[in-house]
Amino acid sequence: MRIDGKGQIDRTRPVNFTFDGHRYQGFAGDTLASALLANGIRLMGRSFKYHRPRGVLTAGSEEPNALVTTGLGPAQEPNVRATTLELHEGLIARSQNRWPSLGWDAMAINDLAAPFLGAGFYYKTFMWPRKFWEAVYEPIIRRAAGLGALSGEAVTEKYERAWAHCDLLVIGAGPAGLMAAQVAAEAGADVILVDEDTLPGGRLNAERLEVGGVPGTQWATDLADDLAAMPNVRIMTRTTVTGAYDGGTYGALERIAHDTAMRPGAPLECFWRIVAKRCILAAGALERPVAFQNNDRPGIMMAGAVRAYLNRWGVVDGRNVAIFGNSDDAHRTASDLIAAGVHVSALIDSRHHATCDLDVPFYAGAQVSNAEGRKSLEAITISRASGVDKVQAECLAMSGGWNPSVHLTCHMNGRPVWNADIAAFVPTEGTIPGMSTAGACRGDFSTRACLEGGARAAAEVLEALGLRVPQIEMPKAEDSVYEITPLWAVPGKGRAWLDFQNDVTVKDVKQAATENFRSVEHMKRYTTQGMAPDQGKNSNVAALAVLADATGRGIPETGTTTFRPPYVPVPIAAMGAGAQGKGFAPQRFTTSHAASVEHGAPMIEAGLWYRPSYFPQAGETHWRQSCDREVNMVRNTVGIADVSTLGKIDIQGPDAGALLDLVYTNFMSTLKVGRVRYGLMLREDGHVMDDGTCARLGEAHYLITTTTAAAGQVMRHLEFVHQCLVPHLDVRFMSVTEHWAQFAIAGPQSRALLDDLLDAPAGDLAFMGCGDVTVDGIAARLFRISFSGEHAYELAVPASYGDALFRELVTCAEALGGGPYGMEALNVLRIEKGFITHAEIHGRVTAGDIGMARMISAKKDCIGKTAAARPGLVEDGREQMVGLTPVGAIKKLTSGAHLFNQEDEVVRVNDQGYITSAGFSPTFGCFLGLGFLRDGLSRHGEVVRMVDHLNGIETLVKVQDPVQFDPEGGRTRD
Amino acid sequence: MIDLNPVSPCAGLLPIKIGALRLTEAEAGTITSLSPYKGREDTLSDALKAAHGMAFPAPNRTTGKDGSRAIWFGLRQALLLGPVPDAALAKHAALTDQSDGWSVVRLSGPGAADVLARLVPLDLRDGHFRNGHTARTDLMHMAASLTRISADSWQIMVFRSFAQTLAHDLKTAMQGVAARGGV
Repeated sequence: MRIDGKGQIDRTRPVNFTFDGHRYQGFAGDTLASALLANGIRLMGRSFKYHRPRGVLTAGSEEPNALVTTGLGPAQEPNVRATTLELHEGLIARSQNRWPSLGWDAMAINDLAAPFLGAGFYYKTFMWPRKFWEAVYEPIIRRAAGLGALSGEAVTEKYERAWAHCDLLVIGAGPAGLMAAQVAAEAGADVILVDEDTLPGGRLNAERLEVGGVPGTQWATDLADDLAAMPNVRIMTRTTVTGAYDGGTYGALERIAHDTAMRPGAPLECFWRIVAKRCILAAGALERPVAFQNNDRPGIMMAGAVRAYLNRWGVVDGRNVAIFGNSDDAHRTASDLIAAGVHVSALIDSRHHATCDLDVPFYAGAQVSNAEGRKSLEAITISRASGVDKVQAECLAMSGGWNPSVHLTCHMNGRPVWNADIAAFVPTEGTIPGMSTAGACRGDFSTRACLEGGARAAAEVLEALGLRVPQIEMPKAEDSVYEITPLWAVPGKGRAWLDFQNDVTVKDVKQAATENFRSVEHMKRYTTQGMAPDQGKNSNVAALAVLADATGRGIPETGTTTFRPPYVPVPIAAMGAGAQGKGFAPQRFTTSHAASVEHGAPMIEAGLWYRPSYFPQAGETHWRQSCDREVNMVRNTVGIADVSTLGKIDIQGPDAGALLDLVYTNFMSTLKVGRVRYGLMLREDGHVMDDGTCARLGEAHYLITTTTAAAGQVMRHLEFVHQCLVPHLDVRFMSVTEHWAQFAIAGPQSRALLDDLLDAPAGDLAFMGCGDVTVDGIAARLFRISFSGEHAYELAVPASYGDALFRELVTCAEALGGGPYGMEALNVLRIEKGFITHAEIHGRVTAGDIGMARMISAKKDCIGKTAAARPGLVEDGREQMVGLTPVGAIKKLTSGAHLFNQEDEVVRVNDQGYITSAGFSPTFGCFLGLGFLRDGLSRHGEVVRMVDHLNGIETLVKVQDPVQFDPEGGRTRD
Repeated sequence: MIDLNPVSPCAGLLPIKIGALRLTEAEAGTITSLSPYKGREDTLSDALKAAHGMAFPAPNRTTGKDGSRAIWFGLRQALLLGPVPDAALAKHAALTDQSDGWSVVRLSGPGAADVLARLVPLDLRDGHFRNGHTARTDLMHMAASLTRISADSWQIMVFRSFAQTLAHDLKTAMQGVAARGGV
C-alpha cells in the first residue's frame, strides 16, 4: 500500500511490469519488492526445503526470501533479489521453487513432514539400499529443494570486465563513506567511492534523519554531486564490492542501469578489479531477525526495512503494524509510522526497563511468541510475565539489533571480535592489508559517530599517503546512544527460523548440539545454516548465539564461521566476460588464411593458430581423397604449404654460436654461413624439448626455427639460459616468427617453380643451404630444407607479401600440375619419411628413444646432457621409436592404440608401447604409423598386437624402420 | 612477370569508429628492434641520437616523436618505429627488422583510457601513465605493447596474426564505453 507524498520515487513516471504473469504498475525509483508491496503483493517466494510461503524480509542485498527469476531463454537469471532489482518498464519476474503456482505449491506438503526433515535428515533416512542414494534419493531431494534454475542455454547478453586504480577505495556511500571520500578527495587523493545502492546515502535514504540541518538524503545527494564534479573522484553506484584479495585488489560487481544496459553494445553487468593503495570499509550494518515461532510469515520483516519501504518508497505492508525489538530502533520505527499516519497496533520491547512516550499500545519486557496467518500475517501473540495477548497485525517490524557488515574484513581469514556493548561482532583491524573500517561496520551506530569515523579514517589514510589533511567542518547530526539487550530466540514450541534462505530453525541448531556438532563450523555444515546464496548474512550471529546457549558457552568462546568472497552472488558470465566461445583464447591467423578459406580448406587449430586441414577439389567427398591427392601431388609434382607458424628466432652477437652450442645437442658454431643444420634441444632433465633447424645467416647471425607448438617455450628457454646460466655471453635474440611469411615448396617440380618465380634463378642451392633472394624485387630468404622427403625449399618474405606470394605460388604450382597441401598431407608425408613432431617428442622421450642418441655431441656440453645420461634414461627396456604397418585382418592403425606381444594377455602390465602417429600412405598403399615400443630399435621385423580400446580396433602390426620413404635420402638431396 | 601487393595487418578490419572513439591502423613505417650488445647501451644511445635524434629509451618510456619514435620493449630492447635504421647502429646493437610482424593501431578519442581499462590491467591514470609512457602488458591474453601518445590517444601493438582478435576485443570494449556515455 502506497502512502501519499512519501518517498523518493518519481510518481510522474509509472513503470509497468509483470510478476508471475500478472501485470502491475510501480514508479521509477521502485525496486521490484517495493512495487509488489505497493500493489499489495506480499507473497514473493517459497522456502528452500519446506516450501513455506515467504514475503520480503529486508530492503537490501541480504534478502533471503524474495528471490525471483527474471528474463527468458538464455537471458533467464535465477535468484535475483527483488529488494535490489530496479523496476524497469517491461520487467518480467517470476517466483521460484513452487509448482504449479506460488499461491498453491504442491511441495508445501514438505512443511507437514517437517518433523522428518530436520537437520541432517538425509544422512539418517536414506541410508539403505546404499546405491539408491545417487540414483534415487539425491535427485528427488534436489528437485524438491532448491531455488531458481538456470536456463541451460549459453548466455547471449554482454557482460564486461574492467580494471580501476586509485589511491583510496571507499566501500559504502553512507554517512561514513561519504565523509571519508570528501576528506580524501579534498586532499587530492584519487578516490573511488562505491555503493551497491542506486543512490548514495546508505541508511540516510531509509531514515528521517537530518544531517547539517537538511534532510539526510539531501545532504548525501548534494555531497555526492560535489564529489562527482571533482576530477580525482569516481563514484560507482550499483556496484557491490564482492571480495578483498591480495595486493590491495578488490573485486566488484557493477549492475548497469537498465536504460543504459539496453543500449546497443552495453553490458548488463561489469566485473571490476579495483586496485587501491588504501581502502576504507564503510559497509554499514545489517539488522538481524529474532527467532520466534512462525517468524517467517509473509508480512514479518525487519524494522529497518519497514522504515526503508516507508521513507524511501512510500510503501507500507499492511494497515496496522506491530513492532517488536530489543533496542531504541523499534521506537524509531513506531514514530516514523505514526508520523506517516499508519496505525501501530503494538510496540513490543523485550527490555524490561524500556519506556515509551509514543501514543501506541506499549509492551515493555514482552516478546512476540507466535505469528498467525499462513500466506499472510494476521495476528501475533505477545507473551510477558503477566500473560499472553493476541494482537491484530498485518505487518510485524522486528529488530534483534544490528550486525556490523564485517564480511570483507574476513576475506583473508581474519575473524571478527565480539563486542558485548552492542552485542555484535566487530572487525579486527588489520586483517586486510591497507584496509581500515569506519561507521556502522565497526560498530559506530549514530550518524554523528559515522561522520566522525569516516573523517578520522580518511585522515589516517592521508597521512599514510603523505597528503595534508584538509579542514572540513563536521555537519550536525543525531548522536543517540545504541542501547540493546540481546535477544536471539524467543522460547517456546514450534519452529522458529534462524536461516530463512536455507530453512534452518532453532530446533535444528539445538539438534546439532545434541548430536555433538558443537563446533560452530560443524553446526554450520550439519544444519546448512549460512550456506545459501545469502551466506548467512541474516542468520550467522543468531545461530551461533543459539548454539552457544545450547552448549553452555559464551558467544566469544563459541566463535563465528568466517565469510568468504563473493559478498553477493556474481554471475560467472561477468567474471568470464569476453572469454565465451572464441573469446576463450585469441586467434592467430596466417597471411594465407583468406586464400586458404577461399579454396574451401577447413581450418583446424594448432595452438592458437588456424591452419588448413586440406584443400578439397571438385568431386572430392571425403577428406582422405583430398589428402591422398595432395600427398601424391607433392611426391610427383609440387605442393605449397604455409609453414609460417613455426617459430623463428633471430640470434645475433659475437657469442651467438656459443649459446647455440649450449642449447642444442649438436654443434652450431661450426656451421658455415649460408648453411642450415637440423638441431635437437633438450630440457634440463635430459628429455627432448624441441627440434628444428638452425641457419647461419652471417658470421654472428643465426636464425633458428622451432616447432609451432614449442615456439614460446623455446624463446622462454633461451631467455632463461642466457639470463640465468650464461649471462656473460654477448648474444641477443628476437622472435621474428611474425615478420616472415614462409612457404614450403616441395616436390620434384619445386626447383622449376622457383626458377620461374624468383627474380634470379636460385642456382644450385645445395640441400641444407640458405641464401638471400628477391621476388618481385622484394628481399626474401630461401632455405633448401625438406619435411616431406622431397626436393624442397622454404621461401620467406616479409609478412605483408604473404597473401600475395601464397596466391602466386599456388598459381605457379597449379600450372605445373601441383597445388596447395594441408596439414593432413603434411602429416602423411612426414610419417612416410619417419620425421618426428610433438606427437613423438611429447616430453617423456630422450634423444636415444627417437634414435638420435648420437646427436648429443660427445665433444661438448649442452643443456640436458648430464641428466640425459642418468641410468634410467639410457638403460635397456625403454620404449624406442619404431615404424609400424598393419599386417593383420584389419588394415588400419590408430594413434593412441597400445602394443602388446602376440602371446601376452592384453592387460596393463604387458603393455609394450603405443602408437603416436598414424595415417594412410598413398605412396605405399597402406597405413603407416610411428610409435614407441619397448626396445623397439632391435625389434624391426617383429609382428606385435595393436589394441585400441577406445575405438574397439585390434590388429597385428609389423615393426619396421621409421623411415619408409626414400631411406637413402636421394630425393631430398639431389 | 609477377606483381606482389603488400597487405597491412589490419586491412579490412579497421578503421572502427564508435561515437567519438576511433580505432585506426597506424602508419608505423619501418620497425626495427634494437638490442644493445654488452656494455653498448650508452654508445647505442649516442649513435641513435646522432642518426635519428633520440636517445635509447629508459624502461617504460619512449623517445622521439610521431613518425620517428623509439619505444622501450623489454629487457635491453627497444623498437625504432619510422626510419630505416642507420647502418652505424649495427655496431652497437643487434638490429632486427620487425616491420611486418606487428599490428600497430591507434585508439583515440575521449574515453580511450576507459576502453583500455576493459582490456589491460595497468594503472592508466593521467598522473601515472603519462604521455610518452609505454608498457608491455597483457591484452586479453595477447602480449601487447601499449604507448600513450597524447591525453586521448594510445598506440597498441600486438603480433600481426592477432589483428582480428585485437580489433574484435577493442571494438567490444569501445561499444561498452560508448554505450555508457549515451553514444
